[in-house]
Amino acid sequence: MNKIQLPFDDQTILALKVGDPLYLSGVMVTGRDTVHKWMVDTFIKKTRPPAGDDLQVYQAIQPLLAGSCIYHCGPVVSGLDTQEYRFVAAGPTTSSREEPYQGDVMRHFKIQGVIGKGGMGPKTLQACAEVPGVYLHAIGGAASLIAQTVKRVLGVYKLEFGVPEAMWVIEVEDFPVVVTMDAHGNSLHAEVAQRSKAVLDELLAKA
Amino acid sequence: MQDLTSEILELVRLTSTDLPPDVEAALREATQAEEPGSAARNALDTILMNVELSRRNSTPICQDTGTPIFFVRYPEGWSTRQLRAQIENAVAEATRKAYLRPNAVDSLSGKNSGNNLGDDHFPTVHFEEVEGEALTIELILKGGGCENVGAQYSLPNAALGAGRDLAGVRKVVLDAVHKAQGQGCAPGILGVAVGGDRGTSYLASKEALLRRLDQPSDDPELAELEQRLTQEANQLEIGPMGFGGKTTVLATKMTSLHRLPASFFVTISYMCWAYRRRKMTLRNGQVSYE
Repeated sequence: MNKIQLPFDDQTILALKVGDPLYLSGVMVTGRDTVHKWMVDTFIKKTRPPAGDDLQVYQAIQPLLAGSCIYHCGPVVSGLDTQEYRFVAAGPTTSSREEPYQGDVMRHFKIQGVIGKGGMGPKTLQACAEVPGVYLHAIGGAASLIAQTVKRVLGVYKLEFGVPEAMWVIEVEDFPVVVTMDAHGNSLHAEVAQRSKAVLDELLAKA
Repeated sequence: MQDLTSEILELVRLTSTDLPPDVEAALREATQAEEPGSAARNALDTILMNVELSRRNSTPICQDTGTPIFFVRYPEGWSTRQLRAQIENAVAEATRKAYLRPNAVDSLSGKNSGNNLGDDHFPTVHFEEVEGEALTIELILKGGGCENVGAQYSLPNAALGAGRDLAGVRKVVLDAVHKAQGQGCAPGILGVAVGGDRGTSYLASKEALLRRLDQPSDDPELAELEQRLTQEANQLEIGPMGFGGKTTVLATKMTSLHRLPASFFVTISYMCWAYRRRKMTLRNGQVSYE
C-alpha cells in the first residue's frame, strides 16, 4: 500500500487515510499561483477569454491531470538554454495560497492528488470528499532530495509565466509524501491548529 | 578596487547549497526528541538527508532560493556602487549555474526577469562603512514561504491582552508562531525586533537572524526571553512541517530599537529550517568563508 502508481483510482483514494506515508511513481504536473489563477479565470469562471495557446494547453493538460496529481512547486531547472531540462531542486511551495482556487480546479480537471506543504483549508477538504481526492504533504525544503525522484522532464507549458510558475510535466519515481488530508473529511492540519490553539490560550493567560 | 565577483559567487553557492553547521546540529538534536517512525521524525530525517545531499552535489537545499539579502560592511575607501555591481553580476551568474532560482518578478507585469535582478531592491544590499581593514559580506537567502508568515504587531493589542512591555512582546510572538503553523517550514528560527518604526523594525528582525543559534542576546532580559519563547513555542507542539511534534522553533533571536513615544512595534521574521546564511571576510587580500 506504500507504493502508488499514478494515475490513482477511486478505490485507492478512498483507502488512504491521514498519516499514511506514500511513494508516488508516474506522471504529474507542477502548478502554483499563476497557474491556478489562470485555470480558474480562463476555464472555470471564464472571466477572461482564452488567448495565445491557452486552448491547446488546456487540451494537453486535461489527460495529464485527470486522476493524477498537481504539484505545488516552483523548481530550479537546469538546461534552460538547451531545452534539455533537468530538475535540480524541487521541493513543495506553501499550498494555502491556492485555497481559493483548489477545490474548483480539482473538480474541473478531476485531480485526485494535491501535493504541497503546509496543508489547505475547508474548501479543499470538501473537494477531496467529492472528487474523491487527497492532499499529500511533501517535505518543505527537501528540494535536492525530491529532485532526485524526478526521473524525466517530459515537457513544459506556459514557460512565459516564468520558470517557477510554469507547468512542468514530470515523471517521478518513489516521490515521498504523507497523506495529511483524506477523502473522509480528516485533516491533520485542522487537528494540529486546534490543539495548538488550546495551548496558546493557556500560555496567553499566564503573565 | 579589487574585483570580488567570483568570491561573491562562491558565497552565493555556499549559502544556497551548504547549511551552516550550527543549524544542522540543532536539527540533529531535534530528531532525538521525536518518536521514531512518527511523521515529525521522518520529516526531520528527510531534511537531514537533503542537507547532506545538497552539500555533496552542490545543489540548492531548497528550490525557493529566496530573496538574496546582503549585509556588506566595508572599510573606508571602497565604492558601494562598484560593490553592488559585483554582487549583481555574481547573483546573475549564480542563477545561470542553477545555484539560485530566477526569483525576481515585476509586481505590475508579472514578468520574471530570469536572472534574479530587479529594481534597486532586488537583490537587497545593505551597506555600512566600518572601522578597520576587513570587508565582510553576509548573505541570507530567505524563502517566500517563511517570509509570508512574518508579522508585525502594534502594542497594545487588546485581543491578545498584550501591553507595552516584554510580557506583551512574549504574547504576540507566541501568537505569530501559532498563526504560522507549519507554513513557514517549521522548525523555524525567530528573528524578533522590539521597537523602531515599521521599516527599521522589519530590517532589525532580519539582522537579528545573523547571530549564531547558540549566541544569546547581549541584553540579559532579552536573552532570558529568547530562551523562554523557544521553550513555550515548542509547547504548542506544531512540530516539524506542522505534523505535530516536539520541535516547532529551533531558536529565538531578539533585538531592540528606540521607538517613538506613540509607537511600540514588535516584528517577527520567521526563518525556515533551511536557514541559509553565510559570511565572507576579506582581510589582507585573503578571502575566507564561515
